[in-house]
Amino acid sequence: MSGFSRLQPDVQPSLIDPGYKSTSLRGPKALLIRIPHGLGETSGPRFGAGWVGPQDADLTQNGRCNGEPLGERIIVTGRVLDEYGRPVRDTMVEVWQANAAGRYIHKSDQHDAPLDPNFRGSGRCVTDGEGRYRFLTIKPGAYPWRNHPNAWRPNHIHFSLFGQGFASRLVTQMYFPGDPLLQLDPIHNSVPVDARELLIARFDIEATEPEWALAYQFDIVLRGPDATPMEA
Amino acid sequence: MPMSNRLRQTPSQTLGPFFAYGLTARQYGYDFDQLADGRIVRDDTKGTRIRVTGQVFDGAGALIEDALIEVWQADADGRYPDAAAFADCNAFHGFGRSGTGADPACRFGFDTIKPGGHDGQAPHLNVVVTMRGLLLHLFTRIYFADEAAANEADPVLALVPQARRNTLIARLVQPGLYRFDIRMQGDDETVFFDV
Ligand SMILES: [Fe+3]
Repeated sequence: MSGFSRLQPDVQPSLIDPGYKSTSLRGPKALLIRIPHGLGETSGPRFGAGWVGPQDADLTQNGRCNGEPLGERIIVTGRVLDEYGRPVRDTMVEVWQANAAGRYIHKSDQHDAPLDPNFRGSGRCVTDGEGRYRFLTIKPGAYPWRNHPNAWRPNHIHFSLFGQGFASRLVTQMYFPGDPLLQLDPIHNSVPVDARELLIARFDIEATEPEWALAYQFDIVLRGPDATPMEA
Repeated sequence: MPMSNRLRQTPSQTLGPFFAYGLTARQYGYDFDQLADGRIVRDDTKGTRIRVTGQVFDGAGALIEDALIEVWQADADGRYPDAAAFADCNAFHGFGRSGTGADPACRFGFDTIKPGGHDGQAPHLNVVVTMRGLLLHLFTRIYFADEAAANEADPVLALVPQARRNTLIARLVQPGLYRFDIRMQGDDETVFFDV
């Protein structure tokens, strides 16, 4: 059985990063032990379209109580591909984010910014036959954190994906172009400098819907089955 | 395709502290469903019922209250669920998700079945550990203390220095109940794998 591609060290962050304080007691210090890929790594959860409800991909609707959520409505769309450019079809994409004011509904978020009774901030969808996903949501606000004095997270949406096997699991964050906080953010900066752009969505006038919502395109590249000599 | 034509992977970023209403909403009491929780076993799943529970500790020995633990496992015959199994929401899916923040003692927990071995490997749960403060999720495995002979022959455990293997073996507390703690750093740091 052929394995999956491995992590690309020139794009991935380190486990202990001096700029991101919480890594100092949580990132393991021993070297990770490399293991071959067997069934447990190349197979994985296959949550398909049957696992998505009708409003799960519309965050402007799925948390409504008595009206529209506040903030700037946006479309977030893109393709999920493997490193060889092959679309990853029927794969689950989960997202969660702060509201327009920079507040999460999570009980332990104590930031003194308003909650929005009509916005929960989480959703999911499954990619189509071309690996495409699409969410309708509200542009998230920046929020402070206590990593260092005057620390603010840039606007971001959290993403979780499964891909084709347990080895292709990915947890990441999507950022917005032109955000002045990006260059000050230790989490974004944990990624090697040349690879940081991979986490920034592209403003997409083509997918923007007139009189309705701006669109951002964020393509995601996952690890996947290594190309066999036959495919090369 | 040559290496140079490969697309660059999307970099990993931390899960952050506020994932619960997205990934584990039901477990934490939010009004949203979740794809999977700590109950992996189904009423009609074949196999020996077990519960695996544990805590996660940081490098200062403090309990971690915002970790997310995921499990991917084979069925009792050593087979991993496929797309057809996931098309049936009542089938055994082999995937579980449990956060440590919904329990006063910061425990994660899984109700499942003892998986079958496969490919010469001892019965084990494949585990992903992720949390605030981890920029990349980590892979580890849960093996079982009462499978000593199979563990001895396991080719993955054989890659781990003898002195550290016990960090991968869940302790049998009582019949059907296993304890598996995860230590991010320290003398008994859990073995994490480069998968
Ligand atoms: Fe966040």
